[in-house]
Amino acid sequence: MAGHPGSADPLSPRAKLAVTAGKAAAAVSRAAGRGSGSVIGGKVALRLDPELLGRLATHLDVVLVSATNGKTTTTRLIAEALGAAGPVVSNALGANMPAGITSALAGGSEARFGVIEVDEKYLAGVARDVDPKAIALLNLSRDQLDRAGETRMLAEKWREGLAGSKAVVIANADDPLVVWAASSSPNVVWVAAGQEWKDDAWSCPACGGVMQRPGDDWFCGECGFRRPAPSWALSGDYVLDPHGSAWPIHLQLPGRANKANAASSAAVAAVFGVPPQVALERMYQVQAVAGRYDVVQFQGRDLRLLLAKNPAGWLETFSLIDPAPAPVVLSVNARGADGTDTSWLWDVDYTRLAGRPIFVLGDRKLDLAVRLEVAGLDFRVCETLDEAVQIAPPGRIETIANYTAFQDLRRRVGN
Amino acid sequence: MSMSDNSLRLVWVYPDLLSTYGDQGNALVVERRAQQRGLQVERYDVRSDQPVPTSGDIYLIGGGEDRPQRLASERLRRDGGLQRAVGNGAIVFSVCAGYQILGNEFINDLGQREPGLGLLDVVSTRGEGERCVGDVLGDIDPQLGLPELTGFENHQGITHIGPGSRPFARVRLGKGNGTGDGTEGAYNGTVFGTYMHGPVLARNPLIADLLLKLALDVNALPPTDDRWYEALRGERIAAAQQPA
Repeated sequence: MAGHPGSADPLSPRAKLAVTAGKAAAAVSRAAGRGSGSVIGGKVALRLDPELLGRLATHLDVVLVSATNGKTTTTRLIAEALGAAGPVVSNALGANMPAGITSALAGGSEARFGVIEVDEKYLAGVARDVDPKAIALLNLSRDQLDRAGETRMLAEKWREGLAGSKAVVIANADDPLVVWAASSSPNVVWVAAGQEWKDDAWSCPACGGVMQRPGDDWFCGECGFRRPAPSWALSGDYVLDPHGSAWPIHLQLPGRANKANAASSAAVAAVFGVPPQVALERMYQVQAVAGRYDVVQFQGRDLRLLLAKNPAGWLETFSLIDPAPAPVVLSVNARGADGTDTSWLWDVDYTRLAGRPIFVLGDRKLDLAVRLEVAGLDFRVCETLDEAVQIAPPGRIETIANYTAFQDLRRRVGN
Repeated sequence: MSMSDNSLRLVWVYPDLLSTYGDQGNALVVERRAQQRGLQVERYDVRSDQPVPTSGDIYLIGGGEDRPQRLASERLRRDGGLQRAVGNGAIVFSVCAGYQILGNEFINDLGQREPGLGLLDVVSTRGEGERCVGDVLGDIDPQLGLPELTGFENHQGITHIGPGSRPFARVRLGKGNGTGDGTEGAYNGTVFGTYMHGPVLARNPLIADLLLKLALDVNALPPTDDRWYEALRGERIAAAQQPA
């Protein structure tokens, strides 16, 4: 499905028509105030030409980025790094299913690189369609279990989809599910990027044996499946490259997880000849990503906006927020895009917030209230962000929300 | 057993395999409500390469994915500790995949009939239709003296109850056991099974109290401040009644 050899212009007349029709639909959607229009535009275009995605990608060096957490940020970091080697087109706003990806690529006819975030469930299909040069796999953990299905099944689909791929796979050696998914591929670059959340990989993905995890190592005692030797590693504030050189990470983005994303991004950039020093320097440019990590002023207070969608994401977020007694606002919804089951709140260790004043909002504030009550924490349930901000004690307010709750907060603060 | 030394042994079975849907919240709720009644809680999280202790008071088992469910059933059968604990009078409360494991048989990830532990007289098969996903509202067996059941179901199982067990509840909204007769879950003696997540004991704290009363062999417990539980119950019961 990848391209039409012999044709100088990869876009056939039918594909060009599809791109034009998609742009028209996107313009109508924007004019009607229904969002950026990138998804509707891509849907119209794909309906007119189902192979459009593959054809749009033929003139690009494509990098795919997938994970449960960090894929939007990492896509931005890689796009920034590869900008050193040529123009980049990217679905920077996180529209990561085939329609949104098609729409993003249709806007980048001059680009050399396509850096594309892909939803976990669509990775195998998109990898087939666009013939990527590199695929970055960061982590896999439980997320939206009411509709996404099972985490190990996702790893299985990745594994099947990558088995025939010619791409260089850049994969996290510290996540057993990612290692299992990536090891079907003949060409893997292992990055020791760390993984705080471990509760989806106690069972060996290969044989079902109980995983042993001494220190940072891991292995299955039964079948011998084990952590591969990494060629890249995150080590504190440094990226170690395959030659053993340590390169400092300077990011505006906070937290260990973003350092891990930077390490993976540097390994991707190296595939295209961008040296780690250049790649990491360019990554400093990345500030907020689709509002995430943005510090905004609201009612005379500083609020930092943090997105956390699942237990692994909450765990990484707790490790980067200001220490007690910094006030914390938590907001949780359970609309379609969030997953409608809130049971995952009980896999998050909220005792990590002890000592901080906690304010709770969102559609599912009562689920959070019971969760915090059982954790033995003090908290206040609020109807609105305004109310929470008014009663919060001094200090920058750390605002942590899941997907649609985060969109609600951004809208309220005018971000 | 426990009242004399004021301690409660709470066993969370196989978190490495059966803790995927937030069901460890059930252990947190039982632990908290026991502590609020002045009990010393000793909690044991037992991984599937460790023996299940036989001297626990309350055993909790959660839901999991299809392959971990088969592995858990194999390892629990081989271990035998849970069956011995029930023989000693222990209380078991199980959810979803864990519920199926406690029965006589279920369909495993390979599509084969997998024997369970036989602690509940139920047999589970896999439904052909859509997954049952969503809020559930039901009425718990009146013999147990508990208020309405609220929970969240997410499964494809169909569970038939034999003469040795009783339905735990009847659903008003939702699928429950998926047999079309409105039954949800099953119980006999001190062994309980349900398809409800939520987690179910956070949505229904009086079920947690029932387990504590059975463990302590008492008819009543000191009251607790349940206003957040009550607020959540009210909201979820109303939400279940909203057309989707």
